[in-house]
Amino acid sequence: MTGKEGSFHTREAIKFGTNIVAGMTPGKGGQEFDGIPVFNRICDAVEQEGANASGIFCPAAFAADAILEAAEAGIKLIVCMTEGVPVLDMVRVKKALCGTDCRLIGPNCPGITTPGAGKIGFMPNFIHKEGNVGVISRSGTLTYEVIFQLSALGIGQSTSIGIGGDPIVGTTFTDALELFEHDPATDLVILIGEIGGTAEEEAAQFIKEGMTKKVVSFIAGQTAPPGKRMGHAGAIISGGKGTAEEKVKTLKEAGVIVESNPANIGMAAKQSLQEQGLI
Amino acid sequence: MTKRPSQAGIIATNLGSERVVVKAQIHAGGRGKGGGIKLASSPEDAEKAAREIIGMQLVTHQTGPEGKKVKKILIEEAKEIKQELYLGITIDRSQKNEQPVIMASAAGGMNIEEVAAKSPEKIIKVAANPVVSYSNFQGRKIAFALGLEKPLIGELSDILKNLYRLFIEKDASLVEVNPLVITAANRFLALDAKITFDDDALYRHPRIKGLRDPDEEDPLEVIAKETEVNYIKLDGNVGCMVNGAGLAMTTMDLIKMAGAEPANFLDVGGTASPLRIERAFRILTSDKNVRAILVNIFGGIVRCDRVAQGIIEAASNMDLKLPMVVRLQGTNAEEARRIMAESTVKFEVAEGLYEAAEKVAQMAN
Repeated sequence: MTGKEGSFHTREAIKFGTNIVAGMTPGKGGQEFDGIPVFNRICDAVEQEGANASGIFCPAAFAADAILEAAEAGIKLIVCMTEGVPVLDMVRVKKALCGTDCRLIGPNCPGITTPGAGKIGFMPNFIHKEGNVGVISRSGTLTYEVIFQLSALGIGQSTSIGIGGDPIVGTTFTDALELFEHDPATDLVILIGEIGGTAEEEAAQFIKEGMTKKVVSFIAGQTAPPGKRMGHAGAIISGGKGTAEEKVKTLKEAGVIVESNPANIGMAAKQSLQEQGLI
Repeated sequence: MTKRPSQAGIIATNLGSERVVVKAQIHAGGRGKGGGIKLASSPEDAEKAAREIIGMQLVTHQTGPEGKKVKKILIEEAKEIKQELYLGITIDRSQKNEQPVIMASAAGGMNIEEVAAKSPEKIIKVAANPVVSYSNFQGRKIAFALGLEKPLIGELSDILKNLYRLFIEKDASLVEVNPLVITAANRFLALDAKITFDDDALYRHPRIKGLRDPDEEDPLEVIAKETEVNYIKLDGNVGCMVNGAGLAMTTMDLIKMAGAEPANFLDVGGTASPLRIERAFRILTSDKNVRAILVNIFGGIVRCDRVAQGIIEAASNMDLKLPMVVRLQGTNAEEARRIMAESTVKFEVAEGLYEAAEKVAQMAN
């Protein structure tokens, strides 16, 4: 909250409607930012201000520690924006959170945004519009493009979740799809995937077995070369596995509407909603 | 190890073994199949093999079609081999695991990916939960499945324990011994090893970071890394500069959809400052295959008008001659498009994603 980035995003989040009750920076406890108290420890923010969710923007070397601190303090929703967290740190963090009722989103993500309610993260405020489409994505700016397309077509979003570009993330596509399936505010889901890993294939399995709501998808990286990390730590085709082609095929087999032209993702969602009589 | 074929014969003689193996040293696997590993039964043969291998453009299923130039070789004694095993540790990203996995196969030697694709049952996998660390039962599970003789079972477990420790302590993404051979004398011997490290953990392993060999990397990518531009070189003729990795991959895909070939992946990052933009342009224009450039920026926090000014500044500073399409969307996009249209520097301005790709494809072809 107190750094240049943190302060900018805090103000933007408040403008969007988020109820930010505290900041936390070890060593800056007792300070204030725009009237919001800053604490040394998360547990103090929980105890004194009733914080139940947190956003983490700290450097990669400290991120796992920050997540664990928040979980220990009883925070139920932890959103970590930090890029560059070592994979084994995330392996350990997830094992630690397993079996608890704490939800982690990220790392390496733009956060979660619910138009009309608030956001934790840094998705730009102006792109969103309140509505009935859920968005789940591994990307940052590509997600903004899709949300922008939807809003421009008059289609609003219920909630947009950036799950992050890392190989191991707190909330997977499958986790988010399950949440949207049970969310009365959501009628259709857009899934934005990319090369690397099997998250999209696992999502396809869940969609086949457990989803009644329609899913529209786009997969980035048809032209990505094998073996190279394409920016995101999780965006890598390894040993021939994790290609965009495979993901598109598997999603289509599960009944997902996979759009091949990224400029038409919003339109594809609109068409599906119209066909279903939902708009 | 040597870079000079003339040294090969001398090394072979000094090793004192009748037969030696001459192995290309590149940052990729599959060297044997690609012709980068040769047996030699005399020092003269070793030198001959070295001459063939040093300087060759070695193509394997892991290098991509352009292959990698061999600059160094390793010469080792050739041992009598009874059996070749594969051992590997990597991270299993699947949702029900999300932890390290130890893999082993009796089909060691070459091309484990083919084994994985055609006969996956030949690969034994054991999950390794970091909370409990390695336990000997995991080694036994693998050793018995491999059909090893009794005296080797405990030894294999020790090897796996150490590989696992290496994987965890050094923040590896992949640790492989392929092949781990059992010699005629019933000893284990690692004939090759490959370790890939988690780039994001290098900050806490300065010695490993210091092992980086820029010689084995693409020269443009080396420069890019030094100037903090996230860049991967490809083979095409349309250079692109984008903010955000997902959008950058999408832009590459769009270029291909529109009938041209992407020359690179380039994520200019969240700030898209004039300095970053100029550095990015310099990298793009250093690639002689590039005939046109597509700049695709979605301005969220970043303001498009600022980016437009940065682009104009950079292009003028560099006296950029390549035809360029600039597509800006988001905060202050209209203002940005106006600035670009009025600038003396020549650009094609586009609004839509596909429109931008079509325009630049036309320029390149």
